[in-house]
Amino acid sequence: MADYNVLEHDHVPEHHLVEKKDEGRILKQYSVGKDQLPKIRKSDPCIKILEEILGADIEEGRLVRIVRTHSVSGVSVAYRVIVRG
Amino acid sequence: MIRRGVNKRIHGIKFAHLSPEEIRRMSAVKIITADTYDDDGFPIEMGLMDMHMGVIEPGLRCKTCGQKVDECPGHFGHIELAMPVIHVGFVKDIKRLLQSTCRGCSKVLLTSSQIEEEENLRKMLEELGGDLTEFEKLMKDTAKTAMRTVCPHCNAEQLKISLDKPSTFREEGHKLTPKEVRERLEKIPDESLIPMGLNPEVSRPEWMVLTALPVPPVTVRPSITLDSGDRSEDDLTHKLVDVLRINQRLRENRDSGAPQLIVEDLWELLQYHITTYFDNQTSGIPPARHRSGRPLKTLVQRLKGKEGRFRSNLSGKRVNFSARTVISPDPMLSINEVGIPWFAARELTIPIRVTNFNLNVVKDIIMRGPEPVTEHGEYLAGVNYVIREDGRRIKVTDKNAETVAENIDIGHVVERQMTDGDIVLFNRQPSLHRMSMMAHKIRVMKGKTFRFNLCVCPPYNADFDGDEMNLHVIQSPEAIAEARILMLVQENILSPRFGGPVIGGIHDYITGSFMLTHTNPLYTQDETALILSHIGRVDWPEAAKTVDGMRFWYGKDLFSMCLPEGLNLSYKSSICQKCDTCKKDDCEFDSYVVIRNGKLLKGTIDEKALGAFKGIILDKIARDFGSNEARLFLEMAIKMAVSAIMIHGFSTSIDDEDIPLDAKMQIQDMLLDATNNVRGYVNAFNDGTLEAMPGRGLDETLEIEAMRELGQARDRAGQIASKYLGLENSAVVMARSGARGSMLNLSQMAGCIGQQAVRGGRLSRGYQGRTLPHFQKGDLGAEAKGFVKSCYKSGLTPTEYFFHSMGGREGLVDTAVRTSRSGYMQRRLINALEDLKVMQDGSVRNTSGTIIQFNFGDDGIDPSRGINGKAADIDDILFQLLGDRDDIDLSGKLNLVSYGAIERDMDTADDVDEVETETEE
Repeated sequence: MADYNVLEHDHVPEHHLVEKKDEGRILKQYSVGKDQLPKIRKSDPCIKILEEILGADIEEGRLVRIVRTHSVSGVSVAYRVIVRG
Repeated sequence: MIRRGVNKRIHGIKFAHLSPEEIRRMSAVKIITADTYDDDGFPIEMGLMDMHMGVIEPGLRCKTCGQKVDECPGHFGHIELAMPVIHVGFVKDIKRLLQSTCRGCSKVLLTSSQIEEEENLRKMLEELGGDLTEFEKLMKDTAKTAMRTVCPHCNAEQLKISLDKPSTFREEGHKLTPKEVRERLEKIPDESLIPMGLNPEVSRPEWMVLTALPVPPVTVRPSITLDSGDRSEDDLTHKLVDVLRINQRLRENRDSGAPQLIVEDLWELLQYHITTYFDNQTSGIPPARHRSGRPLKTLVQRLKGKEGRFRSNLSGKRVNFSARTVISPDPMLSINEVGIPWFAARELTIPIRVTNFNLNVVKDIIMRGPEPVTEHGEYLAGVNYVIREDGRRIKVTDKNAETVAENIDIGHVVERQMTDGDIVLFNRQPSLHRMSMMAHKIRVMKGKTFRFNLCVCPPYNADFDGDEMNLHVIQSPEAIAEARILMLVQENILSPRFGGPVIGGIHDYITGSFMLTHTNPLYTQDETALILSHIGRVDWPEAAKTVDGMRFWYGKDLFSMCLPEGLNLSYKSSICQKCDTCKKDDCEFDSYVVIRNGKLLKGTIDEKALGAFKGIILDKIARDFGSNEARLFLEMAIKMAVSAIMIHGFSTSIDDEDIPLDAKMQIQDMLLDATNNVRGYVNAFNDGTLEAMPGRGLDETLEIEAMRELGQARDRAGQIASKYLGLENSAVVMARSGARGSMLNLSQMAGCIGQQAVRGGRLSRGYQGRTLPHFQKGDLGAEAKGFVKSCYKSGLTPTEYFFHSMGGREGLVDTAVRTSRSGYMQRRLINALEDLKVMQDGSVRNTSGTIIQFNFGDDGIDPSRGINGKAADIDDILFQLLGDRDDIDLSGKLNLVSYGAIERDMDTADDVDEVETETEE
């Protein structure tokens, strides 16, 4: 149990677990396989917090949607695949 | 026929181990003698130079493929080793394999569930995309779990295996010979190899212990014949001779039943020679040396490092169709052009395919011969070679020109010499950004240097104190078209780094345009004619004034001639005094520039208008009117500036730094006050009455106060001096207009040089308790700690001179350190980013299709086209819609003047570029 929810920090972007049924659509949108997406470790504090919120283990291979807000570039969306570690 | 496009695509590369059988199978000859040549200089059969391995002497034919030198690629031979030898490259893998397999049943020391787990992890890595380091990590982790004391399959007890570097294995102190190691590896079953990261179909572990050694073809290790007729062998051949000799002795001793000790010694010697044959820098053993004492360059040394095959011959090749020479300036060339010497133009060629349409033209060109000139002795392009369809090259000479021309036919390729207008790439090292290599159009000129317009100096960071530059001739029509569209100088006026111009006027171009426009001088008809003739215009503007029948023209009206119609702009120029409230149109210093519909109404044209990195007018024209219009403006403006500076005359000398005596006295008094103030602080410090600043110690407070006081003193000296240095002074004109130098430079020349610093503080080191023996120990006053009261004009005292040199030395050391460090950082960055590109959907991916960024820069905006990071310039749109209406207040935040934002941006860009370092060639 972490003392602090890192997702609440201003400098940490939003992390959302992508529903399994949406994964295919996202991969098709960029015409990539999961091996061509950026990665995030399962041990990442953000993933741990997500697991806590969902109250369930998040398996490797699931996708996370990361929504960033920046003063210059505005809102942007990125995806990462969860890997071991 | 040359086939265009991709014929074959590499899908993947697989690395595996060479098996002894394969080594024998690919071998053209078995090498048994260590001798190379016989007495006649002929290669000995089954020797190291056997002609089955290819030939290096012209006239001889390869005994394997029957081809001659350069046709035969060479063939491998092999040496049968008397005893097995460990391959140094694989010791780590051998150790891992020995440690994680059972010494009894040879199976991997993992339970079936552990094997399954490893398999799952490996599959997951493949599925989700893991890089090499991750696979290596997995392998290491598996090896760690497989280190156990008891075998899970046969319950055999395991002994600890250690590696005695570089290649001796021990089992609890007992030495394992390579033969024993090989036997153990042989026994490992195929299915045990998979969890350890080996593919048994292509790699058996026992192949890591050599029983046969491949001998590279002679073409890989050619011997060279010296002038004296002696032959000198390649380092690899020398090493192979050693291997063969020891191998022979080992076999003889073993077969004749020599004592075990002798055999073992020879075996170890063979191991040494084969180890150094692979890598002569293996730690733990002395490198093999040449007779002269030079360490031999063996296989690993050939590949590794900056001078190795990869970095020197594959990533950085020497190329044909290129030239290098000294550069010099030519203000009459277009910024798109480069002047090249005749000599280079004759040597460099472009291939022209002969078609139905150009047959007659090509015939005419060939007919001219290889060195044609016009009737006036001017350069004409000729042809050096004709390549027939069968691939034969025919050299064109004066004698055969006509016959070659007659025999020319469709489908032939003609190598035509350079001619005016051809596109080439021009480059100056270090190539730090993409503007370090731009496409230019050629102008063939007399002389031996490359010449180009001075406006292109800033992107190349070039000057003419002996700089050399490289030039590459583009060969294919596709590449030429691509270079013309993407790389031409005019297309690179706007930098992708900060969205402003990197190409622009420098030095006298700035001074000249300042003189042409500042306070709007009048020019006589003769002078106006001169200026207009420089830009080749005959459409005279209206005369501004007529006095006694003499007509006069305003400088601003003349400058307006090079502005495109429809240009509207207002901004503060470089000479702006930065008043508290800007009077804008009514600026008394003529520093607020107003351009309406392509007419310069008010203000001075200086660095802010057309300078590199800052030129606002140049930036605006490049954005709104296109790169060609920007080029035309720049070329016209600088030519006008040159004619204006010639009319006015411009020079600077040491008396530009003269100030009246009472000004000097005033500075002296002020400096005396300042040093006295510092003395006051020092006294207070010594008395203990100095009050410490919050968070600082007493000594720190003293230093800060002294630095502040003396810094202010220098500024005040500058202010006093500049009161007497007005715009009638050439040096001031250069500093204020931004052409060269700064007001600080001037105040140091006329007023006071100021405090010298090392590591950001006052000078303090040297002797015990003092900087120089000229001062009392413990003196903390201004003079004793590096304050230079004098100015450059009056000269420095000996102590001041020494202090000044200390500060100067630090600057030099800093630049030396900075360049090498930033060079290495740049190299690593480039290597990491070189294969990234922006795809059609705006995402950034590498060559394997992995996404690096989902949308370029997260907003998909090209920084060289965006305005202050945004896609559109709202201020400018408002201006276009509402015009010059100051009365409309848009929430007080929006500024109707365009480029308010850009100006801010430029100032930051400025800070970076201001760090100019003057290095002599």
